[in-house]
Amino acid sequence: MATTALPGRGYLEDDTPTVWSWVKAWLLTVDHKRIAILYLLSINFFFLLGGLAATVVRIELVTPQGDLLSSDLYNRAFTLHGIIMVFFFLIPVIPAVLGNFLVPLMIGARDLAFPRLNLLSWYLYMAGGIFALSAAVFGGVDTGWTFYTPFSSTYANSNVILTIAGAFIMGFSSIATGLNFIVTIHTMRAPGMTWFRLPLFIWASYATSLIIVLATPVVGITLLLLAIERLWGVGIFDPALGGDPVLFQHLFWFYSHPAVYIMILPGFGVISELIATFSRRRIFGYEFIAFSSMAIALLGFLVWGHHMFVSSQSVYAGLVFSFITMLVAIPSAIKVFNWTATLYKGSISYRTPMLYALGFIGLFVIGGLTGIFLGVVAIDIHVTDTYFVVAHFHYVMVGGTIMAYLGGLHFWWPKMTGRMYNEVWGGISALVIFVGFNMTFFPQFVLGYLGMPRRYHVYPQEFQVLHVLSSSGATVLAIGFIVPIIYLMFSLWKGKPAGNNPWEATGLEWQVSSPPPTHNFTRIPVVTSEAYAFPPEAAERDAASWRPGSPL
Amino acid sequence: MATTTQTTSAHHGDHGHAAHGPELQHHFETPAQQKEAATLGMWAFLVTEVMLFGGIFLAYAVYRWAFPDVWAEAAHHLNTPLGTVNTVVLLVSSLTVALAVNAAEHGRRTRLLQLLGVTLVLGVAFLGIKAFEYSEKFAHCAGYKTPIAWATGGELLGEQECLVPGRAFAFPAEHGAATEEHASTNKTPHQLFYLLYFIATGLHAVHMLIGLTIVSILTFLAWRGFFTPTYFTPVEIGGLYWHLIDVVWVFLFPLFYLVH
Ligand code: HEM
Ligand SMILES: [Cu+2]
Repeated sequence: MATTALPGRGYLEDDTPTVWSWVKAWLLTVDHKRIAILYLLSINFFFLLGGLAATVVRIELVTPQGDLLSSDLYNRAFTLHGIIMVFFFLIPVIPAVLGNFLVPLMIGARDLAFPRLNLLSWYLYMAGGIFALSAAVFGGVDTGWTFYTPFSSTYANSNVILTIAGAFIMGFSSIATGLNFIVTIHTMRAPGMTWFRLPLFIWASYATSLIIVLATPVVGITLLLLAIERLWGVGIFDPALGGDPVLFQHLFWFYSHPAVYIMILPGFGVISELIATFSRRRIFGYEFIAFSSMAIALLGFLVWGHHMFVSSQSVYAGLVFSFITMLVAIPSAIKVFNWTATLYKGSISYRTPMLYALGFIGLFVIGGLTGIFLGVVAIDIHVTDTYFVVAHFHYVMVGGTIMAYLGGLHFWWPKMTGRMYNEVWGGISALVIFVGFNMTFFPQFVLGYLGMPRRYHVYPQEFQVLHVLSSSGATVLAIGFIVPIIYLMFSLWKGKPAGNNPWEATGLEWQVSSPPPTHNFTRIPVVTSEAYAFPPEAAERDAASWRPGSPL
Repeated sequence: MATTTQTTSAHHGDHGHAAHGPELQHHFETPAQQKEAATLGMWAFLVTEVMLFGGIFLAYAVYRWAFPDVWAEAAHHLNTPLGTVNTVVLLVSSLTVALAVNAAEHGRRTRLLQLLGVTLVLGVAFLGIKAFEYSEKFAHCAGYKTPIAWATGGELLGEQECLVPGRAFAFPAEHGAATEEHASTNKTPHQLFYLLYFIATGLHAVHMLIGLTIVSILTFLAWRGFFTPTYFTPVEIGGLYWHLIDVVWVFLFPLFYLVH
């Protein structure tokens, strides 16, 4: 295979003479790959913080009494968990880490269209994060991640403004990334890289970016209005002053429902890459997967009312929202069916990324189907604000987005670092995460169905068994998350050199050296074939190199 | 993926930057590509701006629908003549920006500088008039008839009126066909109208400040002879931004000043 990478200097290498200039070379870099690494470190840091808050929540819930935290502290703990995980982990994680690294490489470009804007987005992310963290340090917030008015605007006596400022600033960081992706994908594809030769990760990133650009400004202005109301007591959302608190919910969910697709669509993109590579097959129904991303992006804007079935929304509006919610399930299902069809008669190898991908499919199916339950007004009125909803969204966000992120991180780790991680530990921790995840969240479906409300820290005795099961599952899950940190770090020193293309995958990113040179391509490649054009012999080669016990 | 390694542009083979001007950044292949990226980027950014103001327009629509009479009454207390003058000022500035882009395209530096200068003056004039309108409202709250009277301790306002949202908000009673006892409180929806007015025009003014900064930078660059007939993208996309601010105002003006 022809290689486009002439021996250029790897993007990780430096010839900086002093520590200070090394720090500067990183903190002022405009190289999309280095910015991806900055994001990787900071986003994972926030993930650990959010995980810490979750640990506190799960420990409290082991007993029916509130013996560890007061109810006020408990509110602050789950709010901190929700805000960090949603705004500072799930929304940015795949676009900012994997997307930043891969979008230019996959389309054959030297960088994103606006490298300095890209760096700015990282600084905005950090600034937003510091605001949110300082809110936590100065006593926390107790509104939940949804900031519902009039509680957040009038009654809460916690650090609402600081937190909102954090989410607001972080929004601009998202917008910068989304805008950069849109422009890059439109204008910087290599010669021959037509729209229908793009890897599906690019289609997914493109659809995600459209949502980011259209939806994020709305939450920006909503949070701004909320801040104005809280600071000056001049209520836009305050019923005592003629305002309408439900308007806040409309504006908030107009962003936050599309935001759940900001979290999951990039995950879909990652899974398409993994499934194709590890079954050695052209992805089944490429166009359907590509267009279903676009359909989800569009329909995702029309369903926000399903979060407001019990918020005094008119019954007719509820029914229409319910109907459109059903429609969203169609493009989601199209993807799942196409992935399974790709697996059919594929030459499947159960490497770590593939384990995550298969786990993703199963968990997303459960998460998506329970979403449809919730989209049915009659069922939702029964289970809204219970643990059923909590279980639903964790199945899609943890079982979906995080599984996809970890799968993608393992898949592209050799490309990013030039080293292979330990496959045995990789497989083990993928299984531990799968088991721990289901132990944690499946009981929550039952809890919710039986009537356990969300956001309560004191509960009737009869729920304890399920809560204890959930908390012990969370312990397993935590172990599953910590083990990869260890062996991935270890691989940086001891890992086998990866070579350009350890998975024999297609895609331009695999044709440059690992780690890629600073300018990606010394010569811009010319693309002459579709994505996922695996040679027919690929499967046979796999079979021939199989040894008992080998992971392939 | 079968890929051949051809050089698609001559200059990257040797990395000499002879074939194009210094403004081409290394990650773009051709000046045309760079320009396309910049223009598309600005359009996408304008979309985000529209969505940002969209939230305010939605709130406006909801409350106007809920309180149509209040809206009609409240609008009478805005200074429509000044608002009209401001609309004209801003529309003319759009024209000068468009002409400035044209001047840049034809490489007419002096004309470009003049037009950008006029735009700056018009933009500052807009903000000045806007500031006067605001201060009128604040002066009324302080009990004076005009901002000047407020500063010099001059003529007092006869009736009680305070249209700045807050605890002191008081909508004058005789216009309120509504009830007398609600006339001077912030508990009526009149305050919502003025709140939205201040937020929307305030956010617009912030955008004007950014626009003025951009035009100042463009003027400086033009003065330094940075633009050529082949490279004037900053003028173009800066102009796009300026037009967007104008368009937003074109919607704000009738929605707040001309309601019946
Ligand atoms: C087939 C697709 C999906 C459907 C039909 C669906 C449906 C729903 C419905 C109806 C609710 C409201 C439940 C209630 O509050 O009573 C809900 C809540 C939620 N969903 Fe989904 N969902 C889907 C996919 C997703 C995905 C992909 C994510 C995220 C990656 C997600 C994240 C959430 C979150 C975070 C909430 C709870 C928000 C809150 O109240 O805090 N959903 N979903
Ligand atoms: Cu939703």
